[in-house]
Amino acid sequence: MSNKAFAAVAFVVALALAVASQLITNEYFFTAGYTVLLFVILATAWNILGGYTGYVNFGSAAFFAIGAYTTVALYNAFKAPLAVMIVSGTLVAGLAGLGLGYLTLRLRGVFFAIASLALAVVLYVFVVNWDFVGGARGAYILQPREVPFGMPRYIHLIYSVQLLMAALALVVARATERSTLGRGLAAIRDDELAAECSGVPTLRLKIFSAMMSCALMGMAGTTFPYYLSYVEPSSAFSLSYAVNSIAMPLIGGMMSWIGPLIGAVLLGTVQQLVQVTVSSAWNLLIVGALLVLFVTLAPNGIMGWVEARRRRKEH
Amino acid sequence: MSGRLTVFRPRLFPRMEIPTALLANAIIAGLLLGGFYAAVSVGVSISFGMLDVVNIAHPAFIILGSYIAYIVNDRLGFDPIVVSLALSPLFFLLGTAIYRVYYLCFERRGQESLRGLAFFFGILFITEVALVLVFGVDYRMVSTRYSDVTWRAGEVDFPMRLVVPFLVSMAMVVGVQLLLTRTFFGRAVLAVAQDQLALRLMGVNPVRVKELAFGLSIATAGVAGAFLIVIQPVQPAIGREFIGLAFAVCVLGGMGSIWGTLLGAFVLGIAESFTSTFFGPSWAPAVSFGLLLATLAFKPSGLLGR
Repeated sequence: MSNKAFAAVAFVVALALAVASQLITNEYFFTAGYTVLLFVILATAWNILGGYTGYVNFGSAAFFAIGAYTTVALYNAFKAPLAVMIVSGTLVAGLAGLGLGYLTLRLRGVFFAIASLALAVVLYVFVVNWDFVGGARGAYILQPREVPFGMPRYIHLIYSVQLLMAALALVVARATERSTLGRGLAAIRDDELAAECSGVPTLRLKIFSAMMSCALMGMAGTTFPYYLSYVEPSSAFSLSYAVNSIAMPLIGGMMSWIGPLIGAVLLGTVQQLVQVTVSSAWNLLIVGALLVLFVTLAPNGIMGWVEARRRRKEH
Repeated sequence: MSGRLTVFRPRLFPRMEIPTALLANAIIAGLLLGGFYAAVSVGVSISFGMLDVVNIAHPAFIILGSYIAYIVNDRLGFDPIVVSLALSPLFFLLGTAIYRVYYLCFERRGQESLRGLAFFFGILFITEVALVLVFGVDYRMVSTRYSDVTWRAGEVDFPMRLVVPFLVSMAMVVGVQLLLTRTFFGRAVLAVAQDQLALRLMGVNPVRVKELAFGLSIATAGVAGAFLIVIQPVQPAIGREFIGLAFAVCVLGGMGSIWGTLLGAFVLGIAESFTSTFFGPSWAPAVSFGLLLATLAFKPSGLLGR
């Protein structure tokens, strides 16, 4: 399927899902669905740098929070419309990824990983000290009273927007994977030195993929302040975003765009169930344990396992 | 993440003039803090700098050490630092076991770069969540005879809860350096850092050497955990702040150099102490990241790096 056809299919499916789910009367569905979709975007975005290029980003929460706090800042400044917030949050997070990548991607991959983890701590400190966006107390964001498209509540709109953004993230990831860029990234992942020697502009490709990945993470965060009408630093910078966005691609499979999608839907749904039935601390423990189990026992994830089975059948 | 070291209370003083007493206090507090940071980072210096094992879960073992010291202190009243030194063999064994898993699952297959990192990240996360489930998110602290004692020399304060960890930490760092340079095992560790193949040709198994050295690095984490809970109250989530810190110290000092790590720890300690004195303690965690980025951008080999 060509990229254009895939994009058309993805957006039509997303729209159809958005319209169809308006029939659901249970409010909880939208809350849970929003969270799962958020993880779909984060996991897909993480995989662009992590899965395709082989560079680990531990700072998903930082980029997510950049998106969320751009929304808060724009809301406090002049109550910008949602579309403006989404675009600016994406851009700011992309710029942050560009800067971090420019400084650290020229060194060994592990430095990028450590710097991304440290970035989350520093941005957290920065936001806590920044009174304009509420500081440590957090910020309240009022949902507009009138919801467009005749939807009954604002969460319906946020959910539908998140669906479209998830479709966009998947389209971008798939297009990247199948382009010259994607082949360059795969070459870097498999052997960076050999790639450099064969004329792949490794640094430029790495920085570009870091920027794209971080921009998409920021995009996922832009609607977050509207989700609960309230953000505070420790929920926006929660380590669970970082863990989930690594665990989901690893569990689903990192080689193609479909792996993070499977991982996010599976793990996201399981988490929603555990959160309701048991508790949120146990829920995080399960994610961590699954991450360690998969990475040690099934390093290629669910898709890797499916692939291996299919190959065995052919022979 | 709000439980940052509140060692130095910022005092009100006119912005224009900086009293010498304040300056002297900031330097002393920075040095004492640097001694603690050296204990936090020396293990990372071994695992990351020498063995090339990127153990980002190191702070999780520090927090684990804090909680073990806390339990023993709470139930039996023993001194946390003595407890941690007595229990360091357990941490050593834990370290060797973790390295074994890491080697079998990642290093042997050449997958350490991505999946190994994810593995340690998972361990960090599991430890934190498990501690939250057992102890909750309340801050825990220990009581020792020297907790509330402060020596004063002129106008300079020497709080004992910083001095005691500082002294033990210095002894530990010097001990590690002696162990690494004066013994056969230590030289084997340094050799692993340089050329594993040559080591094999000499009839030494590099995996065994790395296993023991990794155990040593986790043992130092356990002791550093006891220092931490003597210095400040501890809750499970504060471990994350030390990830950036420990790696910043290692990179700043120069990879694989214990003296470099010590120097880096003092530089960071003083930089943080000045930041908290003159800008407010809430900014201190940003210092290590700034130093890390600056080092990576301008001098990736660090201060004393080879």
